[in-house]
Amino acid sequence: MFILKWLNNQLLKMEWLSNLVKYFVEKGFGLDIQDRLGGSIHFFIYDIIKIFILLSVLIFTISYIQSFFPPERTKQILGKYHGIWANLLGALLGTVTPFCSCSSIPLFIGFTGAGLPLGVTFSFLISSPLVDLASFILLASIFNWKIAIAYVLVGIFLAVIGGTIIGNAKLESYVEPFVYGNQMAELDQEELTRKDRIQYSRQQVLDIIKRVWMYILIGVGIGAAIHNWIPQDMISAILGQDKWYSVLVTTIIGVPMYADIFGTLPIAEALVIKGVGLGTVLSFMMAVTALSLPSLIMLKTVVKKKLLTIFFIVVTIGIIIIGYTFNLIGYLLI
Amino acid sequence: MNIKVLGTGCANCRKLESNVKEAIKQLGIDAGFEKVEDMKAIIAYGVMRTPALVIDEKVKISGRVPAVEDIKKILEQK
Repeated sequence: MFILKWLNNQLLKMEWLSNLVKYFVEKGFGLDIQDRLGGSIHFFIYDIIKIFILLSVLIFTISYIQSFFPPERTKQILGKYHGIWANLLGALLGTVTPFCSCSSIPLFIGFTGAGLPLGVTFSFLISSPLVDLASFILLASIFNWKIAIAYVLVGIFLAVIGGTIIGNAKLESYVEPFVYGNQMAELDQEELTRKDRIQYSRQQVLDIIKRVWMYILIGVGIGAAIHNWIPQDMISAILGQDKWYSVLVTTIIGVPMYADIFGTLPIAEALVIKGVGLGTVLSFMMAVTALSLPSLIMLKTVVKKKLLTIFFIVVTIGIIIIGYTFNLIGYLLI
Repeated sequence: MNIKVLGTGCANCRKLESNVKEAIKQLGIDAGFEKVEDMKAIIAYGVMRTPALVIDEKVKISGRVPAVEDIKKILEQK
């Protein structure tokens, strides 16, 4: 147990890095990290280095695993299941299938056009940006394993329930007609060699870092500001545990925001340190990642307004319910 | 030989296009090249991840950008 704990603290939480940055800030800048300025600088440097190290290692590992689950294979697997099992499987595969919002349209057409139920496709689309292995490990690093597992479970729960509701509402007629009836060739699975997979994984690391570094810098910057400069009173007045509207506020702020989950984590971290409820913070993260203007605009090209609105409302309400539930039971997890 | 790159214009699609062109140039082969940007046409190939490389109407690669050397090998196999 002691060794596990040590590994957890050093590899995942990177205490060595925290100490190193502390030494650097205190000796190099001559600042006390208990002070405001020293504390902010420490938070900023330590968080950025930690996130980039974890991100690179994780994306590489995950891309390697993902190269075994291309969406073409996902589609074949999903076609064999029915009912809620198909939704569950869709949500689970959403966590391992490589996916960036730029491929959401071909994916949607590929799945729905091939005859997969609409609800299953939506389960997949909801879980894909919300939950992945990288965010799971990062949550464990920043908070703890219990919170990470809880986040993944509620993410998948939201995807299954959301997809099921959309599936049961019989909304197929609100899909743009061109999605159906496309001649679609069955693709031969190309056999990748280990070298191909390594090259693919390395490329994914570079691509994703190039895409998200800005969000991470901004996220850590906001996190550092919340951490040391915004008075506790102000935050608890708006987002405090005792405020019934805290979850609503974070969800409404989070929905139009567009950032990667990695950019939102440092903000979440700072908010939790400031005593904001776990549910409030989780609903913020989910709102930012699951719903964003760019992805809605893209979905708009394949579904009609009514279906898009229902998708939006179902996910938003789901996030709010999850937020309140976590605020009620959150004390069990910290 | 007929070579097509499928992609809607994301950064990786442009990268695959330039890698393929470079491979064609280095091999000095005589090949027709076409960039397919129409989503329906892309879907018709069964591709769900762009970019994709199609040689003589067969999808050879999808969802990744191989290095020029690897593309050369694929082209030489034909």
